[in-house]
Amino acid sequence: METATTVLLWVAGLLLATTAVLCLWRVIVGPSILDRMIASDVILTTLMLVVGAEMAINSHTRTVPLMVILAGTAIFGTVAVSRFVTKPIEASEAPSVAGAEDRP
Amino acid sequence: MIDVYLSGVIGTTGAEPLDAVLDLVSALLLVLGGFLSLAAAIGLMRFPDALARLHAATKPQILGLIAIVVAIALSVRSWQALLLLIPVVVLQVLTAPISAHMVGRAGYRTGTYNPDGLTADELAPDLDDAQRVFVEPAPELGGRRLPSDDDQARSRRDDEGRGAL
Repeated sequence: METATTVLLWVAGLLLATTAVLCLWRVIVGPSILDRMIASDVILTTLMLVVGAEMAINSHTRTVPLMVILAGTAIFGTVAVSRFVTKPIEASEAPSVAGAEDRP
Repeated sequence: MIDVYLSGVIGTTGAEPLDAVLDLVSALLLVLGGFLSLAAAIGLMRFPDALARLHAATKPQILGLIAIVVAIALSVRSWQALLLLIPVVVLQVLTAPISAHMVGRAGYRTGTYNPDGLTADELAPDLDDAQRVFVEPAPELGGRRLPSDDDQARSRRDDEGRGAL
């Protein structure tokens, strides 16, 4: 393989690895559940890119099904979590059922 | 003899430089994918709130993935491979906006964004409208009055408001 190509492949690998580390840091420090969800989404996307990059480097298509499944199912975790994200309840605005304060 | 000669000619002057160029282009596309991915990571680190980070996170999901998929196709160089790879992009293009929409919705409703950065907030009036109905006391059993025209108009408007959520 050409030297330039090899150098470029190492650069691409380093970029992807840096991405994974930075996103892991964002998952750890948060601060909100949505930040963690977005960061873990990016980690999953990076994983797809890594699987694809490995295929491109070694010229095979054996792990394409893995990419298809990741592309199709990555949505479920994000949607499930963000569906149940709620505002942190403060003491001043205690939860009130509709019309509860009017009943005896 | 002629076959060997021909294959030698094709092998040395025809195919190999093209192979090298395609490998180089493939490597460049991999670097592009990695760069977009890193851009998302830097955005995740530096942007202030969840909705801004959501914007950064979408870069590698579509363009980065397309770059990597084209790199695979250039590296493998067969139509079958391209046919296998198209579903990856199609599925990602279909599902990425849905998850982004859900995260954005949750981000808006939990208030994890900076309102000063908004130029227009078209959802807030609708949300207020819909919220007002939810806290209205339910009619007492047996004491129900017939809905007036005003009530019907309001309920229609509230339905539209709720549909916009």
